[in-house]
Amino acid sequence: MSLIEPLQAADEDALAEGIARSSRPGFVRTAIAGNRAALVGLAILAFFVFVAVFAPFLEPYDPTAKTGPVYDPPSSAHWLGTDDGGGDMLSLLIAGSRVSLAVGFIAALVAILIGGTVGILSGYFGGKTDTVLMRFTDYMLVIPDIPLMIIAAALFGRNLKNIIVIIGIIYWTSTARLIRAQVKSVRERVYVKRAQALGAGNRRLVFKHVLPQVAPLLIANTVLMIALAIFAETFISFLGLGDPSTISWGRLIENAFTGEATINNAWWAIVPPGVCVTIVILACTMIGQSVEDALNPRLAVGHLSVRRFRVRTLDGKAGAE
Amino acid sequence: MVKRIAYAILTVFIAITLNFVLFRALSGDAVSALRCKQCSKAFKEAQRRDLGLDESKWVQYKLYLADLAHFDLGNSVPSEKPVRGELIVPIKNSLPMIALGTLFAIVFGTLVGVVAAWRRGTFADKGGLYTALGFYSMPTQWLGLMLIFFVAGAVGLPTSGIKTPTLGLFTDASTWEVAVDRFKHMILPALTLGLVLYGDYALIVRSAMLETLGEDYVLTARAKGLKNWTIVRRHGLRNAMLPIITLVALSLGFIIGGSITVEYVFSYPGLGLLTVEAIDKRDFPLLQAIFMLLTLSVIFFNLIADLLYFKFDPRVTT
Repeated sequence: MSLIEPLQAADEDALAEGIARSSRPGFVRTAIAGNRAALVGLAILAFFVFVAVFAPFLEPYDPTAKTGPVYDPPSSAHWLGTDDGGGDMLSLLIAGSRVSLAVGFIAALVAILIGGTVGILSGYFGGKTDTVLMRFTDYMLVIPDIPLMIIAAALFGRNLKNIIVIIGIIYWTSTARLIRAQVKSVRERVYVKRAQALGAGNRRLVFKHVLPQVAPLLIANTVLMIALAIFAETFISFLGLGDPSTISWGRLIENAFTGEATINNAWWAIVPPGVCVTIVILACTMIGQSVEDALNPRLAVGHLSVRRFRVRTLDGKAGAE
Repeated sequence: MVKRIAYAILTVFIAITLNFVLFRALSGDAVSALRCKQCSKAFKEAQRRDLGLDESKWVQYKLYLADLAHFDLGNSVPSEKPVRGELIVPIKNSLPMIALGTLFAIVFGTLVGVVAAWRRGTFADKGGLYTALGFYSMPTQWLGLMLIFFVAGAVGLPTSGIKTPTLGLFTDASTWEVAVDRFKHMILPALTLGLVLYGDYALIVRSAMLETLGEDYVLTARAKGLKNWTIVRRHGLRNAMLPIITLVALSLGFIIGGSITVEYVFSYPGLGLLTVEAIDKRDFPLLQAIFMLLTLSVIFFNLIADLLYFKFDPRVTT
């Protein structure tokens, strides 16, 4: 949108300064290590990744089996009680982390790949390529994403692969805009011009000189995108459009709703999955934000450190920066 | 300014076309998705002919545009009633609820954001920041469930629908009673919507305020010996208003789409619940109409945001 540009332009200079330092090896590592919130976020994320990877060994029961009475309150046998089918909540939660995180990571990767490619092509080549790609991005930006996602999920069938692709394809736009702005400024830098004058081809310029400069921004964006994707998955699952053969946190929330956990007074079926989602999203936000802050030195300087939050709005749209 | 309006109109046209592509080209057609006992092959063929689905895509597109020009959104497939009529009541139900939630979010978001920025680093700031971050990270539908579970019972608010079923059944209910009943049903969905949005808005306001409070003119104002409140209001907030207003206007376009799960959780018979039902029944014409409405609302609010930016920032001239 024409509107986002002035908002972005204000930050561009500051970001460009940060970008100049950002290709130093270990930039992202230093940025995270220097920030307590980011460290906490990283620890949380690492914990959940660990749980997801080793899920089959950590589950006390088979999550799909009936191992206790229906809506049994927490006890020493079932630490988090049981759900409406008598399944062990803790096992379900652990099994759910697998799908939720997988959807989050892969969908984010898809979004970043598309968004990064469009952004780099657009910013690097400029001119007509830029106009066409950005027009297209602008139109994608006004499509209400959650409704589109729901409709697409309903049309293309309820399986995990579709859901991941749908989320990825819908969420690339904000990344494309952000990366394009950065590539545009990097492209004008003297050393890029010099490399070009020395005869470096497009591919070399992009991979050797431009990409390393925008890499930290891409990483920050990926982490923030993981949060959005996990969020989106809970939406899709909640409306009963999730993959019926898998267990995810979104499905567990849906299950608590359709299984009328509220009427059965079963807080243990409602609270945990939502808490997990909230914590993971919080962790991703803290990591992503601190890398972005480190990229933007003006924001870190002096007594004011400004956190810039995207408008996520209700439906998970990363609209404007 | 004229350019922006022209741009918005062009976007509308492209959105309409995309809508056609999405529903007609990508997904087969409305009839093949129909599932019912009487839907024999011959019946489906007849339906297809009625809906013009046997024509080429190009002819279909022209028909579609012509219908739209007459505000004819087609008929809902299962009920065979015009889609336009089916939309009116849900829209009337949704708007006040969404407005209430948004109002809540704007008022509290601005308040908390301003206080947090002004009292930066203090307990008030941290408290505000972390609650905002918390609400920002919560899945909307889950927050709704939590409110149903932990709040609704305690304060005695209804958790589903828009009207108490027994109201006016045995005795005539006065207009006042009906209004109160309706408002009560609106509170929890609006609160869910409001709290999630509040997280967003508080964070936006805080960061915008922090940025302006760091400007030199705020230092000057302080050096002039102005009162704190005057500085915050006249020098800080007034300048921070620009990004806040535009971002809020931008987000408004997406709220209706975002209210889908809220309305689903509370069985609130608005546009969101209608969407879910339309998906359930694979009612393509209805779904298409809703989707178009949502897209148009996003474009509309984007235009509003653009125009507001234009109005509030004299430096922006194009």
